[in-house]
Amino acid sequence: MNTEKTPLVSVRNLKKHFPITGGFLQNQVGAVKAVDGVSFDIYPGETLGLVGETGCGKTTVGRTMMRLYEPTAGEVELNGVSLTELGEKDLRKIRSKMQMIFQDPYASLNPRMTVGSIVAAPLDVHTKLSKKEKHDRIQELLDIVGLNPDFVNRYPHEFSGGQRQRIGIARALALEPELIVCDEPISSLDVSIQAQVVNLLEKLQKELGLTYLFIAHDLSMVRHISDRMAVMYLGKIMELAGRDEIYLKSMHPYTQALMSAVPIPDPDLAAKSKRIILDGDIPNPKNPPMGCNFNTRCPIAKERCFIEDPEYREIEKNHWVACHFAEETRS
Amino acid sequence: MTPLLEIKNLKTRFFTSEGVVKAVNNVSYSMESGEILGVVGESGCGKSVHALSIMQLVQDPPGKITNGEVWLDGKDLLTFSEKEMKKIRGSDVAMIFQDPMTSLNPVFTVGFQIVEALRLHNDMTKAEARERAGELLALVGIPGAEQRLDDYPHQFSGGMRQRAMIAMGLSCEPKLLIADEPTTALDVTIQAQIVDLVKKLQDDLGMAIMWITHDLGVIAEMADRINVMYAGAIIESGNVRNIYKKTRHPYTMGLLGSLPRLDEDPGAELLSVPGLPPDLLALPKGCAFAARCGYRTEKCLEEKPPLEEIDGREHAVACWHWEEIAGSK
Repeated sequence: MNTEKTPLVSVRNLKKHFPITGGFLQNQVGAVKAVDGVSFDIYPGETLGLVGETGCGKTTVGRTMMRLYEPTAGEVELNGVSLTELGEKDLRKIRSKMQMIFQDPYASLNPRMTVGSIVAAPLDVHTKLSKKEKHDRIQELLDIVGLNPDFVNRYPHEFSGGQRQRIGIARALALEPELIVCDEPISSLDVSIQAQVVNLLEKLQKELGLTYLFIAHDLSMVRHISDRMAVMYLGKIMELAGRDEIYLKSMHPYTQALMSAVPIPDPDLAAKSKRIILDGDIPNPKNPPMGCNFNTRCPIAKERCFIEDPEYREIEKNHWVACHFAEETRS
Repeated sequence: MTPLLEIKNLKTRFFTSEGVVKAVNNVSYSMESGEILGVVGESGCGKSVHALSIMQLVQDPPGKITNGEVWLDGKDLLTFSEKEMKKIRGSDVAMIFQDPMTSLNPVFTVGFQIVEALRLHNDMTKAEARERAGELLALVGIPGAEQRLDDYPHQFSGGMRQRAMIAMGLSCEPKLLIADEPTTALDVTIQAQIVDLVKKLQDDLGMAIMWITHDLGVIAEMADRINVMYAGAIIESGNVRNIYKKTRHPYTMGLLGSLPRLDEDPGAELLSVPGLPPDLLALPKGCAFAARCGYRTEKCLEEKPPLEEIDGREHAVACWHWEEIAGSK
């Protein structure tokens, strides 16, 4: 997609369908097409934001990319190595290069393990550090994420949500990964704590040269942290572009509606803003509509949209859109 | 004119085995009829508990309203018995909750539940109530309302459930509608639908609305006035313009600074509030926000600042340093 740099991760036509079984023999009677043909690149040192509403498949993209779910079809490459073909053993090795931070800091930390042993777990699996080296590394990691290193022997329940998220970040950093998939890392936190965690992630990126895939539903936060943004709807990417292009020059009617729906914390601007209100709800991914996935809610849908699935194409340099009428909808 | 709702020195406590949780601390304010009041704060700041206290729905034990008065339309609600409150709830003041899935009963149809609310407060036959229920669902924008009355809650989507809850809340034309985080569980495009709907209904029906939220974005466009709460107390209160444009409390400033905005330069660092909210079991002696505040002085740690009116009813702030903050802007 971008010829000057080689991507750290490239994903091509990734699909993940979850089977639906039914009847007495539990035969497969259908499939939930959670991710249905997604392609993107992530370049070293950048943050790619992945936004979308509930059920659009953004979390599944992150998990399938890391092969926490087996992909139904498609290719994922990390540094030129195809992840989809690796066996268990090789996969385990390469996993140290890609880590994940989860949404729920309450569920993603084992309540019976101390902070020290949680952060040490990846070190135990992947490295052969001596006890002393491990201890020093844990202290260093806790310090990096802004936790008091004296807390190593405490348990997760003794920490607040924001602090737990910091523990999760320390664990993700333990093996010096190149890529971190952040799956809604701030959605369960309070506003003032969200900003703390986002600032920390940005600081770590600068200092350690990390690459992020930042998955979230909060558009303004994703725009804040990302270099480029991809907007997903019902298992597909609708639009992908630089954060300013997507805000100022969005072409897909869904992106435009999504942007306009974000509340602005300013009464004057809010009064002036023109809001596009979409009708209805997201269709059931078990039974997506014919043609374009967005046609049931799209304000500009025409006959063609109900027959033909729009091609995901590069309309301007580095600006990808899946809409038949992208040339006309430029804002 | 007497205000529609007047709360005086409200205190709500939870008596737990670990100690007394001071959930609501000396909250006083008033609301005019037809006004939209936004109540903002983070989790545990007492915004929901104070609303439940108005409705007298605080679970007792462990909860108890230990002090204060709640006047609604000239009636002192805290002196009312449970039987009398049952008549008030729904007809004078109605409440809708954050999670429409848990607040609708899954084993009854949506129509049955609205009809039940209608017949409890009005002298209506079943047929009349059913007709009215259909009208209400149509009013909140549910397509095919008549037919949908016989659906169960699980057959509705999240946005439709919240619409049904709103229909139920409006069923007896309350003077005050309390909406407790009504859009938090919803996606932004659905949130925009609900906000639009509530604004339209308010225009048509003219009831007062109390919109409780942690999202300063949502209420900027709909509220007339805003109360910002922290550790169980109102720390800043006033009309929307004053809160957003002439912010005087360091916590409100921090909250606004923590929010990235689509119209701002995305490269700038977010202004986060350091530290954590205080433990409601052991509130500090002075200002509850002092530990996280950049303007903190000796006085803040010693003495709790009162909510001081700096522009009459239009703006009040509980901070010893508001003048300094005003000067520095």
